[in-house]
Amino acid sequence: MRKYTEKNTDDQAHRMIIPEIPIHLKPKAIVIGTSAGGVEALTKLFKALRPGFSIPILVVQHISPSSDSYLVQHLNRISSVTVKEALDKTVIEPFHAYLAPPNYHLLIEEDFTIALTVDEKVSYARPSIDVLFETAARAFNRNLLGIILTGANSDGAYGASMLRKMGGYLIVQDPSTAHIATMPETAIQQAGADFITNLEGISKFLNRLP
Amino acid sequence: MTHEEINEIQNIEIKLFLEALFQRYGYDFRNYSQAHIKRRLLHRMNLGNFSGISQMQHKILYDSGFVQQILLDLSINVTEMFRDPSFYASVRKEVVPILKTYPFIKTWHAGCSTGEEVYSMAILFKEENILNRTQIYATDFNHKVLKTAKEGIYPIDLIKDYTTNYQKAGGKESFSDYYDANYNSVIIDGSLKKNIVFADHNLVTDSVFAEVNLIVCRNVLIYFNRELQDKVIKLFLDSLTPGGILCLGSKENLQYSAHFEYFSVIDTHEKIYRKEYRRPSTSNDNP
Repeated sequence: MRKYTEKNTDDQAHRMIIPEIPIHLKPKAIVIGTSAGGVEALTKLFKALRPGFSIPILVVQHISPSSDSYLVQHLNRISSVTVKEALDKTVIEPFHAYLAPPNYHLLIEEDFTIALTVDEKVSYARPSIDVLFETAARAFNRNLLGIILTGANSDGAYGASMLRKMGGYLIVQDPSTAHIATMPETAIQQAGADFITNLEGISKFLNRLP
Repeated sequence: MTHEEINEIQNIEIKLFLEALFQRYGYDFRNYSQAHIKRRLLHRMNLGNFSGISQMQHKILYDSGFVQQILLDLSINVTEMFRDPSFYASVRKEVVPILKTYPFIKTWHAGCSTGEEVYSMAILFKEENILNRTQIYATDFNHKVLKTAKEGIYPIDLIKDYTTNYQKAGGKESFSDYYDANYNSVIIDGSLKKNIVFADHNLVTDSVFAEVNLIVCRNVLIYFNRELQDKVIKLFLDSLTPGGILCLGSKENLQYSAHFEYFSVIDTHEKIYRKEYRRPSTSNDNP
């Protein structure tokens, strides 16, 4: 695996080596966290998902409390999966992706349903990536895949470390390819990573999953 | 021991902890969202350097002072004045005209927390000239937040955001008319407090509070599991006059409730519902 310390921006091919998907990795859900630059990154990832991609995806994108449902509609339009706003008490279903609504935390119950709360901000954010990753890690244990993308703050680093502690697999966007490096950098510092790559590499990895 | 096993054991410990809290003090969190409760209790466990939830259970049984801490941890006291301005705009447009037809109005803010949303509604009613014939009940089970609500004193640094919310909500006057500013706090104007009664009421364990024309209960039900949600919605149904109005949080929904058939929708986006005039059939009246 490429280590983050290797600063080889010239070697595209090297970065694109996708590791063998570990034999035990059969994620029942994917959690994605991102902030500044996330709309563009999510657009690329969702566009590239292969038809029939069935693993449910839960997304926290930091977003203004007053924003409308544009991002949900946009991702739904360009993707092969059905993208919805996460609703309280919804059962998480295959072939679906759920986005945290503005100004609500998105939590995962251990019976694989969605819970929303209006608790205090965590890591200065609501929705918070830490809250999603932490609760999803407890619900899915080793059957969880986490992805940390571009962002200008450190939300997600704690959640990512919880995810790895519970046996989940963590992919972090290569900070040198991120719109803003802070979020992926902090995640790698605090949680380490199982795979660090650019958006194209993440897409290839996802599309190879069973 | 694996983290998965520890996770399972913690689930058992949390069940026992909530049972202890209920049996010893009567506070019932057993039907709250489990992910929420677990996150908050584990947070307290780490902050307080407890070796496990079981150690916290021992402390809560023997140390009544610790209960206040746990209540603050588990209850939700994040609120603001005119939170979700579009909701207040809809109340002004859709609900106030209905209320104006009544000679006397009773409203109930269930789970009022520190009172910001109660005072917001009082301001709106004042501007619509119905405050003087309205009795507002504002209830919470948490004495500490109820005390703050009664005082109506809030940090001054939040006023800028509240003013923006007020304007977005269609406020008709100058927001500064409704408070007196101090060095670092504001106190809500006494004329707004006159018709408000703050009282202790627990939605989970207490019964009908009063018969009212309007219930506002926003972002409380999301913390409950389905079963408890239905129980509380039944409590609201029984508390509303025929034609009475129920306002929920924007991500809460009556649609999946067993009692949905007794309501009609006033504003689907802002989650404003109206109790039908026909009486619910008695077959569903089981407590």
